[in-house]
Amino acid sequence: MEPFTREQGVAAPLLSANIDTDVIMPKQFLKGIDRAGLDRGVFHDLRFLPEGGPNPEFVLNRAPWRDARFLVVGPNFGCGSSREHAVWGLRQLGIRALIGSSFAGIFFDNCQRNGVLLIELDQERVGEIGEWVSEAGSATLEIDLPAQTITLANGVVVAFDIDGLRKDVLISGLDAIDRTLTMSDRIERFEARHFADQPWLA
Amino acid sequence: MAPKTLYDKHIDSHTIRKLDEHGHVLLYIDRQVANEYTSPQAFSGLREAGRKVRRPSATLGVVDHVNPTAPRRTAEVADAGGARQVSYFGRNCEDFGIELFDILDGRQGIEHVVAPEQGFILPGMVVAAGDSHTTTYGALGAFGFGIGTSEIEHVLATQTLAYKKLKAMRVVVNGPLAPGVTSKDVIMALIGRIGASGASGYAIEFSGSAIDDLSVEARMTICNMAVEAGARGAFMAPDEKVYAYLADKPRAPKGEMWERAVAHWRTLYSDPGARFDREVTLEAGELAPMVTWGTSPDQVVSIEGRVPDPAGEPDPLRRMDMQRALRYMDLAPGTRLDALPITHAFIGSCTNSRIEDLRAAAGVLRGRKVAPGVRAMIVPGSTPVKRQAEEEGLARQFIDAGFEWRQSGCSMCLAMNDDVLAPGDRCASSTNRNFEGRQGAGARTHLMSPAMVVEAAIAGRLADVRTAHAANPEA
Repeated sequence: MEPFTREQGVAAPLLSANIDTDVIMPKQFLKGIDRAGLDRGVFHDLRFLPEGGPNPEFVLNRAPWRDARFLVVGPNFGCGSSREHAVWGLRQLGIRALIGSSFAGIFFDNCQRNGVLLIELDQERVGEIGEWVSEAGSATLEIDLPAQTITLANGVVVAFDIDGLRKDVLISGLDAIDRTLTMSDRIERFEARHFADQPWLA
Repeated sequence: MAPKTLYDKHIDSHTIRKLDEHGHVLLYIDRQVANEYTSPQAFSGLREAGRKVRRPSATLGVVDHVNPTAPRRTAEVADAGGARQVSYFGRNCEDFGIELFDILDGRQGIEHVVAPEQGFILPGMVVAAGDSHTTTYGALGAFGFGIGTSEIEHVLATQTLAYKKLKAMRVVVNGPLAPGVTSKDVIMALIGRIGASGASGYAIEFSGSAIDDLSVEARMTICNMAVEAGARGAFMAPDEKVYAYLADKPRAPKGEMWERAVAHWRTLYSDPGARFDREVTLEAGELAPMVTWGTSPDQVVSIEGRVPDPAGEPDPLRRMDMQRALRYMDLAPGTRLDALPITHAFIGSCTNSRIEDLRAAAGVLRGRKVAPGVRAMIVPGSTPVKRQAEEEGLARQFIDAGFEWRQSGCSMCLAMNDDVLAPGDRCASSTNRNFEGRQGAGARTHLMSPAMVVEAAIAGRLADVRTAHAANPEA
């Protein structure tokens, strides 16, 4: 997993509420057994016209947002299906962090497991940042994870909260399974007791 | 000792160790159900790292998302991608020692129908699986939640997850339900009340006399769809109905083990005085059959209602979302829901495709026929459900009424197989998501109970199952 420390880039606004993972990654891109080609699938029905060409109206097809590394999103972003393809696709498109007021639970975990930083702020603050990055001249921002700050183009610094465990994993980029396997003896001891107490679970 | 919620009991009894002082624990996972579409990259990850599945018997493989549901069952999957997923899944299950219900298996079906039906899920279990509707298992007094592919790999390799404890919400539903109103209407009304993210960050415990009165299958519909309110887990305390449901299931414990298990399950309830972070109460008697009008499950009204007017919405963001939904759904504000003509009717999905759903649907047919111009399909939740419905004569009634009687699978709930709607089609659907493009690009979905889908199929428009015998309501 690619570590996240300090990242600078363009942020694109996608402020509708409840943007679901069916919209982020439509079904026709879920037929793989690997992660290939999902950059084409991300927001496919919004990015492309029915005839196949790019939709010039969609923000990610316009300068400077076509090079977005961050998204500023509406409430409950990533709701619906558990498909991790949505996050793989965002990552392949170059997205490293999302700023929003709330994210759906499974999507939240999927982002964390792919080194995509999710920043939760109150809706008013998200709206302000969304307005700011909607102007081409002020669409760039910098996210400093160790310092837990977002610096907007006008120099305003917005602090954010993140719990220590999530932060450490994102900064270190360590493999989650390797970390858990260091606790194998604890798992074994738990399992022995669990099945002794409730043998029908074994 | 402080009184505990049932959620506390689920988590505490499965906590291997704390990971920090902020609610993160290493959580033991009793069971996992895997499918062909969210698991391939997890198995590839294990292969690349040279890891084994820690406990193969804790995982059950079921093919459900991409298989066709054409009336004649074959092992063939028409599109190359889906075929590759099914074949790779078969190889993975074989190589890693996981039991698989493949397309032709007599126990095949939608994973959340199959797992309870086989007694694979028991009260008190913690279940994580690569499908958001894993919340369904809460109806058995288990704690189930959906995970992504990276977490599937983590569970396969370690039988655990690094887990952050949620807040607890209690939803009390006071009964009884009015005639014609089902558990689907209860959960749709709740989603409408609290919103599509109203339970985000929460696990919901449902209780109240209306819940007590419901069958186990009807409760599954509620737990299943709680994820559409953002809940990462939804459950009820197990009761005698749950034990009766499980007693004869193939994998449920038997004999003395059964007695011991039931004695333990009787301790699975929220202690009196346990603290919930949020409480919501619904009066079941006030609910009418519900239908969605928009593209999010919380855009829902009763069948007696009208399409709302965005002009009346004070919040500008919500107003914009409503306008967008109306454009997609091709609806004008003020339109009566029961005046909307449909092109398709679909009964199926992990929400509403069990035998009781099919009985309820057949129960409102009364010898009537599907309206001309409407394509109506029934996709039973599992192959055993299909068989049982045939034995009970339900299949015959559906076929005589003009419904297609099909094989089991996820089918048109998410249209990953060849059951796909065309742009502009409008479908009355017993499924769980009315998202843009969910049932096909440009297709329009109205969610409702199975009986309401039948009523719509017969009327050729959305219709109130309670006033079915009366003349068309005046617009």
